[in-house]
Amino acid sequence: MTPLTGYLLVAALLFSIGLAGALVRRNAILVLIGIELMLNAANLNLIAFWRYGPHPELLTGMIFAIFSIAVAAAEAAVGLGLVIQIHRHAKTTDIDQMNRMKG
Amino acid sequence: MSVVFYVLAALTVAGALAAVLLKNTVHCALALTVAFAGLALLFLNLDAQFAGFAQILVYIGAVAILVVFAILLTKGSETPRDGVFSRTWLVGLVIAAGVFAVLSWAVINSVRVLPHETAVPQVTVLQIGNALVGRYVLPLEIVAVLLTAAMIGAVIVAMHEKVGHEKEGQK
Amino acid sequence: MIEKLDQIFVSLLHWLVSSLPATLQPLAGVLLSVVAIVCLFPALFALTTVFERKGLGRIQNRLGPNRIGPFGFFQPIADGIKSLTKEDIVPLSADAVVHFLAPVVLVVAVFMGFAVLPMGRHMVLVEMDAGLLFYFAMGASTELAVFMAGWSSRNKYSLLGAMRAVAQMISYEVILLLSSVTVVMMAGSLSLTKIVEAQSSYTWGFPHWYIFTPWGCAGFVMYAIAATAETNRSPFDLPEGESELVAGYHTEYSGFKFALFFLGEYLAMFSISGLGTTLFLGGWSAPFSFLTWIPSWTWFFSKLMLSIFVFIWLRGTLPRLRQDQLMNFAWKFVLPMCLLNLLVAGAWRFMGEGWPRWFVCSVILVAAYAGLGLSEMRKGKIGPRSYRYAE
Repeated sequence: MTPLTGYLLVAALLFSIGLAGALVRRNAILVLIGIELMLNAANLNLIAFWRYGPHPELLTGMIFAIFSIAVAAAEAAVGLGLVIQIHRHAKTTDIDQMNRMKG
Repeated sequence: MSVVFYVLAALTVAGALAAVLLKNTVHCALALTVAFAGLALLFLNLDAQFAGFAQILVYIGAVAILVVFAILLTKGSETPRDGVFSRTWLVGLVIAAGVFAVLSWAVINSVRVLPHETAVPQVTVLQIGNALVGRYVLPLEIVAVLLTAAMIGAVIVAMHEKVGHEKEGQK
Repeated sequence: MIEKLDQIFVSLLHWLVSSLPATLQPLAGVLLSVVAIVCLFPALFALTTVFERKGLGRIQNRLGPNRIGPFGFFQPIADGIKSLTKEDIVPLSADAVVHFLAPVVLVVAVFMGFAVLPMGRHMVLVEMDAGLLFYFAMGASTELAVFMAGWSSRNKYSLLGAMRAVAQMISYEVILLLSSVTVVMMAGSLSLTKIVEAQSSYTWGFPHWYIFTPWGCAGFVMYAIAATAETNRSPFDLPEGESELVAGYHTEYSGFKFALFFLGEYLAMFSISGLGTTLFLGGWSAPFSFLTWIPSWTWFFSKLMLSIFVFIWLRGTLPRLRQDQLMNFAWKFVLPMCLLNLLVAGAWRFMGEGWPRWFVCSVILVAAYAGLGLSEMRKGKIGPRSYRYAE
């Protein structure tokens, strides 16, 4: 097993743990935590391919990962703002109880 | 495959598992921080120093604190009465296991066609800076606009709507 | 002879390590340097506690501690014995694991920051290309430790103190980063050794420290404000104000864990002063070219102790800022000044040598300061009282 395979397997495992977390938990914030884990797993994939890929001097993988970190931070901010506003309206963050379109 | 990689991978996966399985939401957020730290160390192991330090600075220094603030502002530290796992938890678990199976099959079966190891790349911050304002200047500017829009949007979404509530009260 | 005194610690390290086989030498060298840092800075911390108490006492027109040892200088020994032998009380409903880990995470994160400070010529623990980024990454980790301490105590006052502390630290972290980015822009590197080397040349005896330029002076003032807020020192110490919040986020800690918090706070003060001297005050370089025969590490530590003295002076002199005043100040006054400072630094670089750039940059900065200050002061008008009755 090459080192690259090891990193890709860890990234796949993190991705599926994040996906499981987003699908299984009730609290909306934990869904966002799952999404953050998925984004991090993708970043790990990018950096692993940058390191063991054909042209690391082009820095494509690392720059891609840095932009991905920035976008993930922005998305976490907006997502958590939405969760706070939903909590103010529905007095709960339980997504199983938010199954109606009528507010 | 060095011992360092196994230890760091175990730390990261343990943190991620704790983040999705623990009952107390704040403990989940702290376990997520451990996972972020493990990932930053994995980046450092891959000779991507700038990405590793940026991961610590942005994720642990900002995103983790944001998650914790949101948990405290939405009273997430109380255990909900129906339990922490959703009614359809088995389906979610099966889907996640299926995704992992497909991904690992794809990775393991393509061992022969994956690129080989190269020498350690010597990346300086000067090269990253030159790349950011040279080759990747358009994504940089777009990310700047995106971050501004996200900041304004988050403030507007989470703001108290005093005027709206008064009008509804009068009706 | 001068160079031998300057490099005395480096040669001492080489001599101690030379008896080991060649493969173990780098590791042993690093371990010895780490031991030196871990012994030196807590010793400085002990000395600083006495200086602080005596200094504050003199500012407040009273003597400080003067019973233990000559002029009270053995007080830290007594304090150390007290905190080591005090009972370690953990509240019954506290979250045991997080409560235990919070001071540990704080002290570890603060100690890591010392790894990139150049304490003398060729005296850095780790020579990193992105040293400043590493320092700020470790600084960001301390905020999480503060939150962990406040939340795990299950105490309203602790939680309130922790939230205030984290909000304050995040706001002023942005200002800290922006004022350091100006220095990075002018020095052309994130490596702290290169930043110090860019400041260690002299024209007519005067050093090229960045504090002697308009943008550097403004940057240093903003960095000092942000550093005082980051370490929760007066006048920004509302999170640990005794009259408001008992003791803030470390209310429920006693004995050795409280000593660790105290140690962490003072070490953070040392570390951020060290970074301030490296970025703006020229690090280990001497003030005048005829003084370069004094070893570089004495200059670094003198500047460090001078900054600590200024911290103590501020604590004894200025009243505490309220939380909303503090946040207003950060986001509406200091942050626009920081962004303007970046523009001014760019203008400085592109205007070329000569007196015009001094004049233009100083005028822009002073006008902005006056304009922003006046507009902020105009908002705080005190009008007639209005009453709201409960109906």
